[in-house]
Amino acid sequence: MTDVPPPTRRRWRWPGETGPLAALVAVYLLFVLISPDNFGRALIIETMVRQTVVVAILSVGMTLVIIKGGIDLSVGSVVALTTVVCARVSQSDPGVGFVVLAGLGVGVAAGLLNGIFVAWLRITPFIVTLATMSITRGTAKGISDQKMIDGHTYGLDAWMSAVPADSHALVPAGVWLAVAVALAAGVLLHFTPLGRHIVAIGSNALTARLCGVSVERVTAITYALMGLLGGIAGLMEFATLTVGDPTDSIGLELDVIAAVVIGGGSLSGGRGSIAGAIFGALLMTVIKMGANTIGLDNWVQEILTGIIILIAVGLDRLRAPAT
Amino acid sequence: MTALLEVARVTKSFGRTRALEGVSLSAAAGAVTAVLGENGAGKSTLMQILAGALRPDGGEIFFDGRPYRPRSPRDGAEAGIAMVHQEAHVCPELTVAENIALGREPRHGPFVSRRVQRRRAGAVIERLVPEGLDPDRSAGELSVGDRQFVCIARALSYAPRLLILDEPTSALTRVETERLFTAIARLQCEGIAILYISHFLEEVERLADRYVVLRDGSTVGDGRMGDRSLDDIVALMAGASVAAPSARTRGEPGGVVLEATALAGTPLPTAASLFLRRGEVLGIGGLIGAGRSELLRAIFGLDTIASGSLSVHGLTRTDARPRDRWAQGMGFLSEDRKGEGLADQMSVSENVTLAEIRPLLSFRSPREKRAAARRLIDAIRIKTTGPDAPVSSLSGGNQQKVALARLLHQKVDILVLDEPTRGVDVRSRNEIHALIDRLAAEGAGVLIVSSYLPELFALADRIQVMTRGVLGPSRPVAEASPTEVLREATGA
Repeated sequence: MTDVPPPTRRRWRWPGETGPLAALVAVYLLFVLISPDNFGRALIIETMVRQTVVVAILSVGMTLVIIKGGIDLSVGSVVALTTVVCARVSQSDPGVGFVVLAGLGVGVAAGLLNGIFVAWLRITPFIVTLATMSITRGTAKGISDQKMIDGHTYGLDAWMSAVPADSHALVPAGVWLAVAVALAAGVLLHFTPLGRHIVAIGSNALTARLCGVSVERVTAITYALMGLLGGIAGLMEFATLTVGDPTDSIGLELDVIAAVVIGGGSLSGGRGSIAGAIFGALLMTVIKMGANTIGLDNWVQEILTGIIILIAVGLDRLRAPAT
Repeated sequence: MTALLEVARVTKSFGRTRALEGVSLSAAAGAVTAVLGENGAGKSTLMQILAGALRPDGGEIFFDGRPYRPRSPRDGAEAGIAMVHQEAHVCPELTVAENIALGREPRHGPFVSRRVQRRRAGAVIERLVPEGLDPDRSAGELSVGDRQFVCIARALSYAPRLLILDEPTSALTRVETERLFTAIARLQCEGIAILYISHFLEEVERLADRYVVLRDGSTVGDGRMGDRSLDDIVALMAGASVAAPSARTRGEPGGVVLEATALAGTPLPTAASLFLRRGEVLGIGGLIGAGRSELLRAIFGLDTIASGSLSVHGLTRTDARPRDRWAQGMGFLSEDRKGEGLADQMSVSENVTLAEIRPLLSFRSPREKRAAARRLIDAIRIKTTGPDAPVSSLSGGNQQKVALARLLHQKVDILVLDEPTRGVDVRSRNEIHALIDRLAAEGAGVLIVSSYLPELFALADRIQVMTRGVLGPSRPVAEASPTEVLREATGA
């Protein structure tokens, strides 16, 4: 134990989140330049953040799934089913606790179903979640008789509505919930064995197995977590809509996957960033709202979003070290 | 010196194949014991048994004086036997410290204690490579050699008393190999017993205290390193029983159909020169990983050629793709039948006709395909329910015949065969040998890579040996001996 040389100094590298954050700021500033009347005000930031809550919560879960080397296409349907179940349960006025529990229960059950099929029956996650996407959507329509259903929100709607002018709150509670979810997932991913095993499986599943990691159990837990976050996002969607809507959030899974990919996630597993995914989700909201405000058609937004995804992935290719 | 590990008359069969016929060896604390043998001698099976991944059928194993019967690799590791596999298994996205602790992370409440994890990694690395390996670097940034050290460090973190190293230097550079040897010497001083599997005899001579030679699943010799000459050890590995070249039906070879000069691939081979004539079989010997398969793949256009020249039927071209080679009358048989050679889920007739060169939008009658397949099924006696049977329903030997039938269907006159009888039963092997002999007699040129020396000697007219990417000179088979070939291959 004499003279151990100091650890080799590594070249400074920008963290992976720099790119999505820079893109977010740049696109926002672009809209400020184009339309300073709308985008120069703090109020619009609050609106954008509020409208990103659902996608942000989902992309936190999707980041975990994608880092593990999986995918979940059923999240949009899970959100819709959650709103329907919450609305239906609230009709008999059981109290807010029951409604929340029902929403979370639906999410976890859907996630566990995915997890069991992927982990133990070894079916490709794309196929499993394609199937459950259809099953959950159908269930939502069945329960609601294919109609929007009213229910009690028990004040949950305040979590997602604009902060009243006389309030001191900066943003509504739903936004803080999303922040809390992201922080908790970050701690889980970076500081717990479960999180490290998720990265290990996505990085090299054979090695993980060789080292005694229970690949099946970790896989099932990851999808169950995604389901839980789907339930939370569904509750926030219910709070936003104040009704149960079986046709809500169709195609939302693609926005969520796009957010994760913009944030640095790799669909081949092992890589992804929770903060990056949230920047990605915000970026897409900015594009949508910005385009709407300055009167660009929907098709322009779609093209813009696609271009951003390609740029994000292309840049990532360039900066990734050759392995 | 009492033995830490004592293996006595261990046997193991897979189905009807006897992998181990009765292996005995012993290993002492603080000593390096080399386990030697040709490919297929049973080394890997034995090591997997010791590591707990396989269970023996018979025989006894004593570790530290007690019977040793592990039920899983984890059992083995807990008992004090750790294994480092040939390929470095690391998760590139995790750091060195995380890779070392993977599966057994130190906890602090519900969290991983990064401080403890880092400290433990540092301590193990200190024992192994005091010149340093930063525990916080991500494993993906490391060289192959450093990844190997991460794997050894992971094995050491189980505090083993016996460490098994399986071909640890096969992917390393000279400098990295030297670092590894220094590390091994250090572990030896700590009193750890080391079982060292290697093909490279010059390494073994430097490193090992004792050696054990396996051949065909049995221990055929052991002793103190230096008591026997390397020549004698090579002779033990090769065995005296290699059959004399079988009677051949072919006559004088014809014109040159394939010629390579200083051919280099990316990264293997580094320098290969050869020529092949009509009506002859050229055999390429050497160790797994020496670059033999890569040579064949480069010739067939599957891998890119970095430099050198290559001419096929007098046409010099180094950027040909497999499609061009098929068109030139060259056919390739892959060593990886399941992964590459056959389309597992398609039928026998689809597999046989898959290499046909036709416009993408042209009509090809399934009936004709079936008829063509049926003719070949009869001609080379493929056991199958018919041309429509999925190829996965056939036995290994018959699958291999289907893969060969594809070459026959294309009527190729240059056959490039990589391990043509790997995983094939004896009867099919003999039939395939007879087929290759007949094709050569009819005027085809055959280039064949085989790790099975008797096969090489039974089939080839000339032999060349590949050593670490360099292809040696050609010599007629009558002037070569298995011992010589093995010596050249192992660099002894």
